[in-house]
Formats: sequence, C-alpha cells, structure tokens
Amino acid sequence: MEKIKSLADLKKRREELQSKLELREGGDNVENLVQVKVAMATCGIASGAKQTMEAIIEECKKQNVKAVVSQTGCMGYCYAEPTVEVKKPGMDPIVFGHVDVKKGQELVSKYIMNNEILEGVIPVNYEKIDNK
Amino acid sequence: MANYKYHILLCGGTGCTASDSPKIKENFEQLLVEKNLTNDVQVIATGCFGFCEKGPIVKILPDNTFYTQVKPEDCREIIDEHIIKGRKVQRLLYENPEDQKHISDSKHMGFYKKQMRIALRNCGFIDPENIDEYIARDGYKALASVLEQHDPAATIDLIKKSGLRGRGGAGFPTGLKWELCAKNAADQKYIICNADEGDPGAFMDRSILEGDPHSIIEAMAIGGFCIGATIGLVYIRAEYPLAIHRLQVAINQAREYGLLGKNIFGTDFDFDIILRYGAGAFVCGEETALIHSMEGLRGEPTFKPPFPAVEGYMKKPSNVNNVETYANIPVIINKGWEWFSSIGTEKSKGTKVFALAGQINNVGLIEVPMGITLREVIYEIGGGIKGGKKFKAVQTGGPSGGCLTEKFLDTPIDYDNLVAAGSMMGSGGMIVMDETSCMVSVAKFYLDFTVEESCGKCSPCRIGNKRLCEILDKITKGHGTMEDLDKLRNLAHVIKDTALCGLGQTSPNPVLSTIDNFWDEYVAHVTEKKCPAGQCKALKKYVIDPEKCKGCTACARNCPVGAINGTVKMPHEINQELCIKCGTCMEKCKFNAISIK
Ligand SMILES: Cc1cc2nc3c(=O)[nH]c(=O)nc-3n(C[C@H](O)[C@H](O)[C@H](O)COP(=O)(O)O)c2cc1C
Ligand code: SF4
Ligand code: SF4
Ligand code: SF4
Ligand code: FES
Ligand code: FES
Repeated sequence: MEKIKSLADLKKRREELQSKLELREGGDNVENLVQVKVAMATCGIASGAKQTMEAIIEECKKQNVKAVVSQTGCMGYCYAEPTVEVKKPGMDPIVFGHVDVKKGQELVSKYIMNNEILEGVIPVNYEKIDNK
Repeated sequence: MANYKYHILLCGGTGCTASDSPKIKENFEQLLVEKNLTNDVQVIATGCFGFCEKGPIVKILPDNTFYTQVKPEDCREIIDEHIIKGRKVQRLLYENPEDQKHISDSKHMGFYKKQMRIALRNCGFIDPENIDEYIARDGYKALASVLEQHDPAATIDLIKKSGLRGRGGAGFPTGLKWELCAKNAADQKYIICNADEGDPGAFMDRSILEGDPHSIIEAMAIGGFCIGATIGLVYIRAEYPLAIHRLQVAINQAREYGLLGKNIFGTDFDFDIILRYGAGAFVCGEETALIHSMEGLRGEPTFKPPFPAVEGYMKKPSNVNNVETYANIPVIINKGWEWFSSIGTEKSKGTKVFALAGQINNVGLIEVPMGITLREVIYEIGGGIKGGKKFKAVQTGGPSGGCLTEKFLDTPIDYDNLVAAGSMMGSGGMIVMDETSCMVSVAKFYLDFTVEESCGKCSPCRIGNKRLCEILDKITKGHGTMEDLDKLRNLAHVIKDTALCGLGQTSPNPVLSTIDNFWDEYVAHVTEKKCPAGQCKALKKYVIDPEKCKGCTACARNCPVGAINGTVKMPHEINQELCIKCGTCMEKCKFNAISIK
C-alpha cells in the first residue's frame, strides 16, 4: 500500500473511499434523501425489476443524485410491474407503473431532478405501502 | 465491479461473537455465492451495536432493518425474503416491549432514539479491521490537520476550550492535563492509554477498541504531538483478546499507510504505539499502579505527587487518559470546540458511554449527552423496569460510586450532580435495581469486590474494608446491632480519609450512600431482623398458616432437613432453628398455606 504523505493525499484517498460507505450513510439519514423503492417480488423480478433497479442506481450516479434505492416486496399491482415508489423529502410518495430501464432513467432525470411527473402514476392509499 | 445495493452489517463484538456471529457471516457469504449476489450485497462485520443482550445483531442497509437474535440458520430466510424479494423477516425484528409491535427501522427503537454517538460513532457502522472505512469517515483527518497546523499549544487550547473531561473516572480536564505534561521538558515522554477497564460489568472501553480501534490510535498520535511524545503505550487487559487483536491489526495497517512511524504526513513528527498487557487486577487501572505494572514492577499505587505528568513511565513525563476520552479527541478537532461544548451541561461537556444493566428491559451499551436525566435513561432508553416492578435505585460509578434513589430521577446526569447526590460518574457502569434488591446486599457486593481487589499496601484499605465487609455480612445474617451501623459509618470515613490510593479512598462510597439513602432498610435488618426486599436469605422466615394448612404432609415429606413437624390432617409447623430457607415447602404446598414473613 502506498503511504499517505500529506493532508491533500488523505483527502484524495478519502474521496475515493467515501462512495463505498454512501449506501450506509444514506440509510442513517433517509429522511433527507430521495427514497426509491422498486417492487421486486416474484413477479417483479420476472418483469425486469432488477434491471430497472440497476438502471436507476446507475442514472443517480451519473446525474449525481443522492438517493437511497431499495427494493420492496409485492405492492399489489402485478398488472403494472415493475412498479417504483419515489419519495422526495417533504413530499408524498408517488408510485409509477411499468417502469422499464428507459423509464427508470427518466424517473431520475425528469421526476427526481425536475419534478416532472411521468405517465403511469398509480393512485394508491399510501398508508398501505410498506413501512412494514 | 461490484455495485452493492445492500450492505449486511453483522455485529462482530465480543457478545455477538460468543453467540455465533462468525458462523452467521460465513453463512451469508456462502449464500451470496450460491445465489450469485456477491456483486450486489456486501457483508461487513462491525463492532458492537450496544444491544448485546438481543444479539447477534444483523442490520441491513439502506433500509435500516434491525434484526435481533439472529441464528446461523436464519441467514437463508433473510437472503431469500429480504434481499431477493424485499420482504422483511417479521419474526426477527425487534419487538417493542411496550406494545409488542415489531419495529423495523432502528431509528424508531426507544433504545436508540435518545442516544447521541460521538465516542461510539463508528461502532456498529464500519469494519474495524479495515482502515479504509475509517478514513472514509474522516479518519486521520484530525491528525493531518493538527500536524499541518504544527502548533501543539493551539491544539491543547482547543481541547481545553471544548471542556472535555476524563472519562476514566475522576473527570479531570483533558486539555489541562496535556498542558501540564507538555510543559515538562524531557528527552523522552510517553502518551499512555488506560484500557484496563476493571469495573465489574463495564465494557465501554472494550467496545470502542473492538469497534473503532483507529480512533484511539489517531487520538494518541495527536496527544503525542501535543505533549511531545513519540511513543504511545496502551495498557490493556489480557482478558480482552478480540480488542487486542483488532488494535494490533489497526496498528499494523496504520504503519503500512505511514500514519504511524517516521515522518507522519510528511512532517518531522515520529510516533508509534506499543501494547502492554495487564493481568486484570482492578487496582492496575489506577494510573500510578498502571505505570508500575508496565515497568515490570508490582502493580501497586504510589503516592501522588509526583503526578505522572512530572514523573511517569520510566520516570519520564507521561500522560494517561482513558480509552473513551481519546475516542472523543478526533471529533472535537474535526468539528470544533464550539460544537462539542454546546453539548452537555455547564461543567460536563459532550456525551458519556454507559453500560446499562440490571432489572430493566433494554440492557446494553449506550451513549447519551451529559445532562440527560436518569428517568430518560431508565424509562426511554432502558424501556422501563422489567416485569412492571417498581424502581428502587440506580448504582453508578461501580465500586467507587453509590446508589441514587427515586428523588434523583430528574437530576441531569453530569460529573458534579452525581457527586452532589452521593455517587459519581466513574467509568460508566449503571445498574438499575427494582424493589426486590436489598441495599445492604448491594453494598456488600461491592465491598466483597474491593476486599478481593485491594493491593494490600496500606492498612486502612486492607484491614478497614475487610472489617466493613464483615459488619455488612453480620447485618445480612441478622446479627447486626445499632452500634454496628455507627461503626460502619465511622470506619467508612476513616478509610476514605486515610487510604493511599483512589481505590481505598472511594471504596466505602457504596456503604455510605446506601446508609444515607436507605437508612430504614439497614435499621429493619438490625432491629426487626427483617430484609424488606426479601433478598437476605438468612432473614427469611417461612411460616405455615394453621388456618390454611390441611395437614397433607407434602411439605414435611419434601423438607430436605426435616424441619417440619405435624401429624396427618393437623396443621403443621416449621422449626425455625432447623430451617435452611430453601423454599421447597412453599413450592410443594398446594393450599398456599406457607408464606415468607
Ligand atoms: C482503583 C482505580 C481503578 C481505576 N481504573 C481505571 C480504569 O480501569 N480505566 C481508566 O481509564 N481509569 C481508571 N482509573 C482512573 C485512572 O487512575 C486515571 O485517572 C485515568 O485513567 C485518567 O484518564 P482520564 O483523565 O482520561 O479519565 C482508576 C482509578 C482507580 C483509583
Ligand atoms: S488504598 Fe487499597 S488499593 Fe490503594 S494502595 Fe492502599 S491497599 Fe492498595
Ligand atoms: S424452607 Fe426448606 S428447610 Fe425450611 S422448612 Fe421449608 S423445606 Fe424445610
Ligand atoms: S403442604 Fe401445606 S397444607 Fe400440606 S401440611 Fe404442609 S403446609 Fe399444610
Ligand atoms: S408480486 Fe409483484 S405486485 Fe404482486
Ligand atoms: S456485541 Fe453485538 S451488539 Fe454488542
């Protein structure tokens, strides 16, 4: 291992390393971050939810959006899978249906970054979702 | 490249390791390979989460799911359900003792809500055996900036202004201690970390060393730079193998990165750390005894002055601080003294780690801001008294401390308030007792400990404590007199005033504080030969109610010493002279005729 020889060296090293802990730091601080929950129950994976999740994570990284992306179980909307719930800080969560890779990317660039609502919003009683 | 979506944090503290957490880690890792998820999920063994009683703890991020009492065979369900399908495993979630509801997000657990983590900031969060994780959390940044600034006096001044006081017991201002040592010119000085942690039931320091060893290394280097020492010594008890291992791994990694050794951060500052093992004698935690023990002499205290800052290890100026004291240093430097001094009370700044134990629902390691009340600690963090019983007292300060009663429940906890209330902060033991605890027995428990641990060098402690202990024993056996109570008090004061070291000077505190706060209970033992809490076995009296007794003979047949007389179908009677208070008869009587008086 190369030695750390100065404060600047340490800073550089820290910046490289910080991304590895981002997911943990985010979990400790969810209230202030965008939370994205991808439904990934049996039908979710079958309908490509895993790729959707990957796409959203990638897009967030690319656009430098700090978001906590996790998966949830069945949301009860099998017909509209993959479904994705997005909760921005201080706002009500919104559930989007039929989110494929492309729509996942748009979710980030349009809704999360610019508050632009995409098609396919599923009206729901939010109390019921997750928080289990 | 791995693109982790989940981190599985698994407690690798001493408690959870004892209950199989290494096997759990192995199982998780195997399952991830089997399910082809090694690039999606990372498994990290961390330090203690503080909730050891409910261990092993598994925490899943980013959703903050807190699983308790996880067994190796639960791993498959966690992976299949939680990781693959996104469904939390309900049965492993923490159950709120108040309403029996499952709580999934640790932030909503009463145990964590009121806590504030400075010294424990990285425990249960990073992998203590990976220096990179420490660096990612601002590790070694404080050392780097202190060396860059290159002004020891300014750093000492910052520590002074922060108001940090020693966490090892006495609460001496840390900045001032450093200043005193810095002033004494010498060709060699030493910075020493006291990791002896001898209080019964205490494990704050162990947990910090196991969960965040680099914070101690960094702080010792900072201290070394400030006082002018190039060598650091950690005195750690040999009974802490995991802490020793983690500390050694951390020291090696720091050396590899050039954070220990010569020319640290490219400056002219050299510093390295050596470990020294203690045999686990309580008195060796006293700083002069500790120093003698490290010098290879007997671990006996010597009179102060000279203080270690003048004449310490190898007769050179030395600075001794406690593990938790050090753990605060890097954060204070990174966040500023203003930040630190805004936490706590007027004369006690920052937080304190306590090992919360006894008759409460949540026991474990907690860190709370100074100034929190006992009520908040016991009822909110601790979840209240077990089994709905009544609160009686809380013991703080271990063998040097005392008991606080109900009237102190709303007193803000800090160094000075605890002393004013007849106890002390100590290193952070906190034992909560309910109505079934006998206060004379509590005092005796601590005195037994002191007698065992006294080094025997001075007579007030060696002989005096033994006498105290004998009198207490006499009282719990029902042979005490009112004069004995006077004797206890007088002798206690003599020992306090004349003992050589802190051990003897504080050892009578448990006696004095229980006498002061629970006088009636002592008197009951002496005059009525009764233990109001019903704990002193010798004072229990089993009696048969002749009204209720059916003469079934069950008790008499089962009494191991034949203490029960009576003929069939006639009321029986217990011969108190013979009875050994085993309680068998009461258990056997189907008619509830036997009770304890
Ligand atoms: C009998 C006795 C036992 C002690 N045990 C410890 C101990 O286990 N750990 C500790 O840090 N300090 C212990 N101390 C206090 C030390 O003497 C010393 O004050 C302390 O390590 C200083 O560090 P601090 O200023 O950071 O608290 C003990 C003191 C006495 C009298
Ligand atoms: S007070 Fe007790 S422990 Fe301390 S020097 Fe005297 S005998 Fe030893
Ligand atoms: S308490 Fe035990 S020893 Fe005493 S009378 Fe009952 S059974 Fe016998
Ligand atoms: S067991 Fe109860 S009822 Fe039977 S003889 Fe003993 S005291 Fe009487
Ligand atoms: S299993 Fe996905 S919505 Fe039902
Ligand atoms: S050792 Fe695991 S929670 Fe303390």
